[in-house]
Amino acid sequence: MTGILGKKLGMTQIFTEDGKMIPVTVVEAGPCCVIQVKTLKKDGYEAVKMGFQEIKKEKRVSKPMAGMFKKSGVKPHKILKEFPMGDLKVGDLVTVEKFARGDNVSVTGVSKGKGFQGVIKKNKFAGGPASHGSMFYRAPGSIGASSYPSRVWKNQGMPGHMGSECVTVKNLTIAAVKPDQNVLLIEGAIPGAPGTYLEIRKGK
Amino acid sequence: MNLINAVEQGYMKEVSAFNVGDTVRVFVKVVEGDKERLQQFEGNVIARHGSGTRETFMVRKISFGVGVERIFPLYSPVIDRIEVIKKGSIKKAKLYYLRDKKGKAAKIKEREREIVKEG
Repeated sequence: MTGILGKKLGMTQIFTEDGKMIPVTVVEAGPCCVIQVKTLKKDGYEAVKMGFQEIKKEKRVSKPMAGMFKKSGVKPHKILKEFPMGDLKVGDLVTVEKFARGDNVSVTGVSKGKGFQGVIKKNKFAGGPASHGSMFYRAPGSIGASSYPSRVWKNQGMPGHMGSECVTVKNLTIAAVKPDQNVLLIEGAIPGAPGTYLEIRKGK
Repeated sequence: MNLINAVEQGYMKEVSAFNVGDTVRVFVKVVEGDKERLQQFEGNVIARHGSGTRETFMVRKISFGVGVERIFPLYSPVIDRIEVIKKGSIKKAKLYYLRDKKGKAAKIKEREREIVKEG
């Protein structure tokens, strides 16, 4: 599996050769520096730890993190994530060139926060009729039966906080790769507002 | 935002400069079966919308007494070329008032200088 870290920049539309217009999300991805290689022998599983976006000011790095970066001899990075990738050494750079047009990718990011929301927006409840004196508009209504089960079932939809959660969108297609700008154009929408940090993984 | 603009630049081809009020001839690629030909659409540009790759323009013409309006994406690969036939002198950015005018009242005054010759 190939993975890379990126940052959502926003959306636009581009043309394909046959004149179709497709919506794309512009993602600034990589270059990601390999900070640590985890092996089956030492760590019990195989993975590489990658860093995205170098930290320029030394005092912005906490002491324990600075020690880790010093050990691997790599400059401090802001975002760190592990990917199960092979054939990489500490200090290697992972760039968008690992991806090609037409690749199937999954993208993970933190969705936009919606605040405290009612059941209609949050749980897709239908709500009541607006007119004919119904007096029942957006309330959740009954949340269960009486003597049996004498409690509220698990997963009963209730109002509460919505959004700001980790969301993975699968089956997205790469529309274009721009290696000189470190940019990936991914067809369709991606979780989060512009500026959200993303994990992009190849394959289903 | 700058990187988005930079990405969009790569998808914007060269198009001839024209403004709202100009009379243009748009050559559209039409695929019929396995053959491709160019279809012409000539009329007044009555509006331009959007920016970047999403920019569009609206062309209005009178066809057999019926007003026909067509919106084209400016940078679409389907558009072969745009010829500017006449430059118009106008006072508004959107010429929707032309829809209610008929005959001579629906005519756009030609700009006296900078007449672009057909070609």
